[in-house]
Formats: sequence, C-alpha cells, structure tokens
Amino acid sequence: MDNNNEIRIGFYICHCGSNIAGMVDVADVAQYVEKLPGVALSRHYKYMCSDPGQELIQQDIKDHKLNRVVVASCSPLLHEHTFRQATEKGGLNPFFFHMVNIREHDSWVHTDRQAATEKAKALASAAIQRVAYHKPLEMKKVPIHPDVLVVGGGIAGIHAALTLANAGKKVYLVERDPTIGGHMARFDKTFPTLDCAACILTPKMSAVGSNPNITLWSYSEVAEVKGYVGNYKVTVRRKPRYVHEDLCVGCQECIKACVYKEPKFPDEFNEGLGKRKPIYIPFPQATPQVVLIDPETCLQLKLGKCKQTCVAACADRQAIDFHQKEELKQIDVGTIILATGFKTFDAKRLAAYGYGVHQNVYTALEVERLVNASGPTGGEVVLRDGQKPKAIGIIHCVGSRDEKTNRWCSRVCCMYSLKLAHLLKEHSDPATEIYNFYIDMRTPGKGYDEFYDKLLDEGVHFIRGRVGEVTDWAFTPEEEGKLVMRVEDTLAGYVRRIPVDMVVLATGLEPHTDAQAVRRMFNMSCGSEGFFLERHPKLAPVSTFTDGVFIAGCCQGPKDIPDTVAQAGAAAAEAMALIDKKYIEQEPNTAFVDETDCSGCKSCVPLCPYSAISFVEDKKKAVINEALCKGCGTCVAACPSGSIHQNLFEDEEIFKEIEGVLAYD
Amino acid sequence: MTNGEWTPRIVAFFCNWCTYTAADLAGVSRLKYAANVRIIRVMCSGRVDPQFILEAFAKGADGVLIGGCHPNDCHYSEGNYKMLRRFQLLRRMLPEMGIENDRLRLEWISAAEGEKVKWAINDMVEKVQALGSLGMPGRFQDWDQEMKSLEQKMTTPEEKEVAYAH
Repeated sequence: MDNNNEIRIGFYICHCGSNIAGMVDVADVAQYVEKLPGVALSRHYKYMCSDPGQELIQQDIKDHKLNRVVVASCSPLLHEHTFRQATEKGGLNPFFFHMVNIREHDSWVHTDRQAATEKAKALASAAIQRVAYHKPLEMKKVPIHPDVLVVGGGIAGIHAALTLANAGKKVYLVERDPTIGGHMARFDKTFPTLDCAACILTPKMSAVGSNPNITLWSYSEVAEVKGYVGNYKVTVRRKPRYVHEDLCVGCQECIKACVYKEPKFPDEFNEGLGKRKPIYIPFPQATPQVVLIDPETCLQLKLGKCKQTCVAACADRQAIDFHQKEELKQIDVGTIILATGFKTFDAKRLAAYGYGVHQNVYTALEVERLVNASGPTGGEVVLRDGQKPKAIGIIHCVGSRDEKTNRWCSRVCCMYSLKLAHLLKEHSDPATEIYNFYIDMRTPGKGYDEFYDKLLDEGVHFIRGRVGEVTDWAFTPEEEGKLVMRVEDTLAGYVRRIPVDMVVLATGLEPHTDAQAVRRMFNMSCGSEGFFLERHPKLAPVSTFTDGVFIAGCCQGPKDIPDTVAQAGAAAAEAMALIDKKYIEQEPNTAFVDETDCSGCKSCVPLCPYSAISFVEDKKKAVINEALCKGCGTCVAACPSGSIHQNLFEDEEIFKEIEGVLAYD
Repeated sequence: MTNGEWTPRIVAFFCNWCTYTAADLAGVSRLKYAANVRIIRVMCSGRVDPQFILEAFAKGADGVLIGGCHPNDCHYSEGNYKMLRRFQLLRRMLPEMGIENDRLRLEWISAAEGEKVKWAINDMVEKVQALGSLGMPGRFQDWDQEMKSLEQKMTTPEEKEVAYAH
C-alpha cells in the first residue's frame, strides 16, 4: 500500500431497508459527502452488509483506485468486522476503513427527518476527515491457555464442564456449596415429563466426580481474577471442611459415631425442614462423596471440648482434621464459564402472604423437598403440625410480574406450580382439593401446554386472579383453623374467600445477592434487573463484553432446565472454539511511545492499570509492553509531551473527528 | 440548525464498553431523544484528553458530554476515575474562560442504561439551549480582529515592542 498517494475515499451509506432511509435522506447525505475533500466516490445502497453490498466495495476499490473506505450504517459493534473484511478483500489494509453509526445513534432515535439527515452528514464528515489519517495495522494475536474454569456446579456448570472434559479439555469446576448439583438436585420431578430430577442429574454428577479431566473444587469460591482472555490467573479460596477430601471415602461411619445421637440442626439441603448433625453429608448422592463439619455446631470446633467419637470412627484413615485451614489455590486458565445460577425470591418480602408468620405457608422449594421420597418426610405431604392437608392453594407469580418486587416473569413458576399441583395430588388423599391462583398461565415449551391440559383433566382448580391476602382470621365456622385466601376471581368477577390448610408460594427467580460483586470480579456487566448481561441478546447470548468469559444458565436470566443445558453446551462450544483455534484476534488498539518526543517525566507509569508501562533508566524513556497493553488510552490522554500514541485512536484522528462533527451546520 | 432556529451542538465522547453500548441499546429500544449530540467513540473515558474537550469548544461546540462506566465498573479498572479527575480540573478552569459549567457534563452510564442516555442527552440539550450559543469560533475572530486593529494603531516598531512586552 503506497501511503504517499493522494487520499481517495469511497463513501457508502446504507438504507438498511427503511431502517435508515425512513428517517435519513440517504441520497442527500451521499451528495453532500461527494463534495468533501478526498472523496473519490459516494454511493447509497439498500443493504451494505449483503454480499452484493460488500462486493460493491471490493469492486470500487479496484475500479476507482480507492485507498480508504467509509460505511455509514449500523453500529460498529455489529458490522465493523464485515466491512473491514470487505475492505481487505478489495486489496486494502482492513484498518483503512471507518464506520459511521447512523442507525442506532441516529435514524432509530430521532423523529425529525431534517435533523436526523443533518446529524448523519455531520457524522459522515467526521469519518471522512478521520479516515485519511488511518494507518495500516494488523490484528493482535493472543494465545489461549487450553484450560477452562467453570464457576458454579449446578446443572449448567455440570453440563458445561462435562462437555469440555469429554472433548479432552482440562476443566476446573468451582462450587460454593459442599456438593455440586445446585437447585436441580433438590427438585423431586422435572416438568413436563415428570422425570425424577435425581435420576437424571446424579449420573452426570458422578461423571463429573470421576472424570480425570475435571478438577472439582466444591466448598470453594473464586477469590480473585487477574489477566485477560487466554491468560486468566484465578485465585480460588478453598474453605475448610475439616475433613481431608483425598482421605475420606464417604463411608459416613463418623456421622453415625457423632456425639449427637440424633440430628439436631436445620438441614440446608432440605430447606431447614429436616435435621442434620454437625458432621454430615448434604444428601446421599452428594458429589464429592466427602463429609464435612459445620464449625458453628461442632462441639470440638465451637468449644474445643468433645470426645471426638468421629475421629475414633474414622480410625486409621485419619481424614478428620480439626486444624484444617482455608487454602488459596492459583490456577491459569484461558477461558471462563460462569454458571452461578440464581436465588429464589425471599417470600417474607410479601407480608400479605404470611410466609414466616403462618406456619403452613411454604415456598415451592420447600414443597419440592416435602414431596421427595428422600426428603425430610420421606415423600409424605404432612404439614409442620403433622396434619395432612385437605385443601392446598398455590399462588403463582410471588416476586414476579409485580411492580412492587420484580417486574420480570420468572418463566418457570407456572410450569413448576403445575408440576407441584400434580405431585401434591399424587402424594395426598384423592379428595384433597388443589387450587392454582394465576395471573396468566405461561406454558410455552415443548410439551408444556399439553401438560397444562393434562392438569385441567386431573381436577385441579384454576382461579385467575392475584391473591390479595392469606389470613387466619375466620369469618365462618368452616374457615376456623384454616388459612383463608382472599382473591378476586377475575373470570367469575367477584371476590372469593377460599379456606385451605396449606399455601404454596411459587417464588420467582432473582439474581444472587452477590451477583454485582461477582460481575465486578469478572469485569462484566449486569442488566437493569441484576442478571449478567450477554454480549448480544439474540446473536451472542452466552458471550459477555469481556472476551473469554461466557455465561450459562439462570445467572443470565430465569430459564428452565432444557434452556439452561442448551446454554451450557453453547458456552462450552464457544470456549472450545477459542481453545482449538489456539489464539484470539484482538483489536490492535494498543498504545506505543514515540521515543524521540518522550521527556522521561514518568507521568504515564503509575496510570496504567495493567503495569504495561515501564521506565528504561539508561535511555530515560518510557516503554509500553504491547502484550500487556489493553488499549484504554488513559496514558495517551495524560502524556504531557504527546509522545504516546494509540493505534486506531490517534490524537489527530480524534481531533479530525471533532472538527468533522462540527464542520456541518 | 433546524428550520433556521438555533439549537445547541454537543459533542459527546462515549466509552466503547458502557455508554456507547447503552446508546446502541437506546437505538435498538427505539427511544427518542434530541438530535443535537454527535457521538465520538473512544475505548475508555480515560482516553478523553482535556485537549479534546477544549478543541471541541474552540471549533464551535456549545456543550461537551462525556460518558463512562460507573465507578468500580470500568472495563479497564480505573480509566473512568482518571476522567473524573480531569473533569474536576476542567470544571474549575472553564468558567475562567467564559464557559459555563453546564456546558461540560460527565455521566456514568452502564451498557444496560439506554434510558439514561436518553435522559442525559435531553437534559443536557435543554440546559445548553437555555445558556445559548457559546460561539467560540466567532469570539476568536473578534479577538483576532481586536488585536489587528490595535496593531494597526501602532506605527513605530518601538511602540509595538512596548505593547508586546506587556
């Protein structure tokens, strides 16, 4: 490419169907640009991103000896790559191209055609002035470390880890709880097929436990993340279980031997409905099959005084260690998949439903444990007072679709409420009445609406209306000793009082309480509701704005198990695409020092968040390590002598852009 | 200058990761806002050199809007803090030059806050509209003219030397 030639710019403005042309007079803009200095050719075209549109650029470069290309169309975040490629295919360096955003930033946000057209002209003129200063550059290649970190051991993390491990990739799976399995492990059945959740999940869990490519760190959390795509340095905090994982064989003799003869403490896995001992295993199929000791309740750890019968039972395996300390592990990975899941809505926030006040008000997750054969009641539906309910009311949308709490639809509650209605019917006396109180029934999904139809035939009552209150204030003798649900039946058109023995709250899905902290650690964004933000809602649903970090499952937004598994597979495939390519191409927008101008003042050195700038003592000059530079440009803006330059964002380029946007009035 | 009536011209510097993406989101969501702002993309608000801001005013901008990631959320850890420092310095300096504080604005707008882009732009346009045209290029011309006429009044080289010495 001969740089000394006169500048010959080709300008193209896209109609984008009517998306742009509907609000911007594209012919007028093209005409205006044609007269600007350096412009050799100016066209408007229906779809620049189409093949003929791209070929037009390539042909024009050859026919009209263009050496710069400007396209005014959509956001560069969408099609900059497309047009750079077209420019390259036409025989130019791809960075002799600049893009003007006149759709997202212009035609879509304005209502005055004249003002929108003028804005397009100003933006186009800026690009024309700027592009003349573009220099030929090359994409930066960053090698990818082949190992992957998966954070979160629910069904999303498990599926992603197994997919990668089966392809021969080394995976670190970090789970906060003592066992993997997540929420799914607590469910009894899954809708709409009524597969037993444990039967389909536990084989995958043990596959994780036995896969040689997976390093499973349960009861651990990510403490720190440093580095960038291809080279993340992650510190994992391994909390003490007071049991050596490699020595424990999961025989559970120690649990039997504990000085507490009977389980006494609320069992987290069973939502506090059951009891456990200080030394315990969360549930029979827990992975890893390793017991742990709760320091809050263990006599030895709390008081330092105990007969230590567990240690005696463990005998010469010597797995129990009361002196175990928190451990920090450093790992190098190239890509990260976040599958940190969700938290269920805290039903106490809606006081009118009396959760925590009336003992027979349950959350859906508690009922999952109640109907589960391995749950605290062995699958029998009995209330906290030991009675069997004769009437049960299920309230949909608790903490969903509600301006007072969360506005979003949690997507799974309608279906799991139907499932619970079915299971409760199955597990109780046939005469038990079950009521579903819903706003709208949302059953989109394979086999979902058919499941709803099935429930309608099973004699479950459906009442359309949001329940106003759950109260124990009886008006009639029949209501005495019952929970009365006050609801406006919006189909029948009157307010009803329905006495029941048990109320089930279909609590919605929320981001984790520490989702913001996690997102900061991984340098990502959250949407306004607090779920992790994907790079593009349709076209990059598992990518994030941080290269090499992918998201899967409910941390991205509420979704059911099939969608979660699909996303986990997609995230694994995205990670694999990077690993197998062995490198990632990055924008060459790094900064460099022009040594002739550098005065050696060292202003830039402390500014760099990546410590990419060092000071060479014998030359008295600053030097930027290109491999460490991420291209923010902070040092460039701060250099008093103007000796630091940033590729793609050179001072002259931006000054010309400023001049350009202000040139038109 | 729509329909001959004066409206402000505002130059915006938006960071690639948060505010620029938020402006894209505002577009995709078809939010409607004033057409007075011309957005220039930079990778980080930390790249915004105070000279860019001064240059924009000098070349005829009536206002300059800078958009960056929220504190603690910068894609590059802390570029937005560097911008904040420069912003505070400029806020002290600009009024001395006859540029009112409302003409320079810094907003933290995350990638999810399309609504905030709309609000910030509309609010700023309204405030700058109330202040009226800044007209720096015109003022420069006037000053140049003034200097020239002063120069013409001085005839001898000695006079000129004395004048420039002050």
